[in-house]
Amino acid sequence: MKTFRFSLKKYRNYLIVAAVLLLFLAIDLFGGLRRTDANLLSQIAISVILALSLNLVVGFLGELSLGHAGFMCVGAYIGGYAAVAMHGAIGSSVLVLLLSALIGGVAAALAGFVIGVPTLRLKGDYLAIVTLAFGEIVRTLFRNQAVFGGALGLDTSSIRFGTKLYIPALLLVLFTLFVVQNLMSSKHGRAIKAIRDSEIAARASGIAVTKYKLTVFVIAAFFAGVAGVVYAHHTSPVDYGYFSFNTSIDILVMVVLGGMGNLTGTMISAAALTFIDVKLTTALSLDAAVRNLLYALILILLVVWNNAPALRHAREKYSLRTLFEKLSKKFFPKKAEEDSESAAWDKIPTKIPMDAILSADLQPDRAFTPDPPEKEEKP
Amino acid sequence: MSDFLLETRDLGISFGGLKAVQGVNLTVKKGEIYGLIGPNGAGKTTLFNLLAGVYRPTTGRFFLDGEDLTGKGSAEINRRGIARTFQNIRLFSNMSVLSNVMTGLGNRAACTVFESIFRLPRHRRAEKEIHDEAREILGVFGLDEERHLLSSGLPYGKQRKLEIARAIATHPKLLLLDEPAAGMNPQETAELVATIREIRDRFDLTVLLIEHDMSFVSGLCDRLTVLNFGEVLAEGACAQVLRDPEVIRAYLGT
Amino acid sequence: MNILINGLCLGGVYALIALGYTMVYGIAKMLNFAHGDIIMVGAYALFSGMALTGMVIPACILAAVLCTLLGILTERVAYRPLRGASPLAVLITAIGVSYLLESIAQLIYGTDSKPVSIGNFGTVKIFSADVAVSSLLTLGLCLVIMVGLTLFVRKTKLGRAMLAVSEDRGAAELMGINTNAIISLTFAIGSLLAAFAGIFYLMKIPSITPTLGSMPGIKAFTAAVIGGIGSIPGAMIGGILLGVIEEVCNSIPAVASYTTAIEFGILILLLLVKPNGLLGKQRREKV
Repeated sequence: MKTFRFSLKKYRNYLIVAAVLLLFLAIDLFGGLRRTDANLLSQIAISVILALSLNLVVGFLGELSLGHAGFMCVGAYIGGYAAVAMHGAIGSSVLVLLLSALIGGVAAALAGFVIGVPTLRLKGDYLAIVTLAFGEIVRTLFRNQAVFGGALGLDTSSIRFGTKLYIPALLLVLFTLFVVQNLMSSKHGRAIKAIRDSEIAARASGIAVTKYKLTVFVIAAFFAGVAGVVYAHHTSPVDYGYFSFNTSIDILVMVVLGGMGNLTGTMISAAALTFIDVKLTTALSLDAAVRNLLYALILILLVVWNNAPALRHAREKYSLRTLFEKLSKKFFPKKAEEDSESAAWDKIPTKIPMDAILSADLQPDRAFTPDPPEKEEKP
Repeated sequence: MSDFLLETRDLGISFGGLKAVQGVNLTVKKGEIYGLIGPNGAGKTTLFNLLAGVYRPTTGRFFLDGEDLTGKGSAEINRRGIARTFQNIRLFSNMSVLSNVMTGLGNRAACTVFESIFRLPRHRRAEKEIHDEAREILGVFGLDEERHLLSSGLPYGKQRKLEIARAIATHPKLLLLDEPAAGMNPQETAELVATIREIRDRFDLTVLLIEHDMSFVSGLCDRLTVLNFGEVLAEGACAQVLRDPEVIRAYLGT
Repeated sequence: MNILINGLCLGGVYALIALGYTMVYGIAKMLNFAHGDIIMVGAYALFSGMALTGMVIPACILAAVLCTLLGILTERVAYRPLRGASPLAVLITAIGVSYLLESIAQLIYGTDSKPVSIGNFGTVKIFSADVAVSSLLTLGLCLVIMVGLTLFVRKTKLGRAMLAVSEDRGAAELMGINTNAIISLTFAIGSLLAAFAGIFYLMKIPSITPTLGSMPGIKAFTAAVIGGIGSIPGAMIGGILLGVIEEVCNSIPAVASYTTAIEFGILILLLLVKPNGLLGKQRREKV
């Protein structure tokens, strides 16, 4: 029983993606898959790859990156360009996709390395703004290259994959999961999480902090590049305007809402947000402004609900997590405390702004500072 | 080669003109439990930070087992054999008790990131080795039962113990303990004395510790150094130093 | 010469926005990503005010008042409940507020850009170059505002209370300072500055869209970081520096399309040399 539960937990994420893939394959086989739904599925796959890879940086390493779209941009342009060039020589469009994904991923990883080596020693919000700046620089550079189509964007219509794109895209999601999960459940993963929890203690434990930060940065950039290549097979032209700061933020929101360091949550929130995003505009044919308004409101309410210190009691009482725990206690009363390291994201100390200043003194006390006493009632 | 494990020569650091530590000559023998005491602000933790590579000394050098470690970074110094704990506990708070110790063991078994991602044999061997040794260390500290708990969920005394366990996991020659008994009750303190002796023998360690609890210090330490205003005020055998009128004056004020 | 004046003028606008970023960061310890959108609100308020009254001054006052209130309101409703929560949560909320303001503007005014003319003040000749009076006006007013702000922070009781809160919120509270009020005040001042920035921005580029605030917002944020975030003189220097660089780059045809890349490239290079910005405080983490 115990081993079964354990393995289920380990393979849960793969199973979810595989189930989705099989389900849609089945629908497709009987001719029931609509073009718009297949497109939506591809878009979801792109978002999931982006969010999973950003989660490595933000959730596991604890550094804030605001330039993930920049790496996606490198992948989309370089990989897309390579794909267009290979397209004539190689017959199989799947092979073209995979090869160009490799090329785009490596190009983005190289960009991650180049930007990471000098900047990763910067702390917190400074690193955040450097990544933001990097994203803006990258797309400005691509816009100005005539080879990549200049201001018109890179024309990738010759390699458009059509409705079947969701199959390789979901397979790439599986590959991303494979790398991220295996990395994090190894001694390297522990070192990365240790850096997040306390960089000073990590150093004192002999962990080569800079090396690991760079590793994470490069791997995350690689997968952002892969997502970019899939995007280039999905949308033509590849437009530099798409890879703006706002796209980086959208990915970050997926990670934060899904739960930092929580892969299942990240996948679900990436899928849900992309779904909402697409459906609100196309299916309900809502005005873009109304859609944005709803999106913004949902975002604010969710974050406030999840984090406001004043709402803690209400949250503990009504949250999904509590509900789930109650249910699991009911059905598996003997289940021991699991070794859950995907800690609640609101508790994870990130190194952005105030943390650099406050964490030194506050963080160690947090664990045993009692709640402020309630006001005593005067008799 | 001397029979000193740790030797500092004229070690000192100043922060913008303020000499926080100056002219410290320490010699700690192999297998010793050595105490570092002094009033608040005397520079004890700063000296630890110098030895652990958090700060670079502005004067002097220090040697571990004859090897010059001056100017090396924290991680490098740890790998050369100095491990430490912190005055304000710094556990990896979102990780389990077991993972904390396993993190400390990270440098024990070699395997690359690539091998881990693709689960090659060396990854499996390394993980098993690390896991088994971590369980063993947790057993010594009586923490094996709690290994699946989040480290931040442990009671205070056990958090201090876990921090020591994590430091031990890096296989140090010299262990620096910064106020290990702070915040503990007398019974926990007594247990801690026994634990520190036990790990010293079992892991073939030398211990340098900072502490304010004088009964703890006199019950545990072989020799002492007293720091005051960043300089060595007295040093020598434990009982003798604690009787030194200079030391008493520094503590009580004049 | 004209380029330099224009650069200083744009720099003044950036500096005003950067001041808002830096003050809010210094005191509330958060990056207020919605700050750029306050500029946009100010610009639309000016637009509506002019449509209603046909006069510039009342419209400016309307914009200033509206932005100040909006600043206080967003702090009350969106940020204050999260005080003490994870910094990332506050950041995401600020992003949410930013989207919210943009979409509200879209709903009311539509997405297309609208022309706004504050009026033509003509040009004057300085050293044989034609310089727009509006540029000089912007520059002058920016300087006045900055000097005023510096005096306010240095000399008044409230200003010193702000400094105290930015040094150590807990200690300031123990000294009897109402930190909530100070934080509200900071948001009010920051938003007021953003309103002015919006007005000056319109003098320079006379058309408005709902996303008008985002790029100047990001650039001003960059300016604040260049100057050393949390430092008031740093924000001014950073803003002016960035404005001059932008105008100079834009005036050279070969590099004009790379302006953004150059600006951000300078940011990265500067942070590599001076990791805390030009005037940022060095903070050593206590071990």
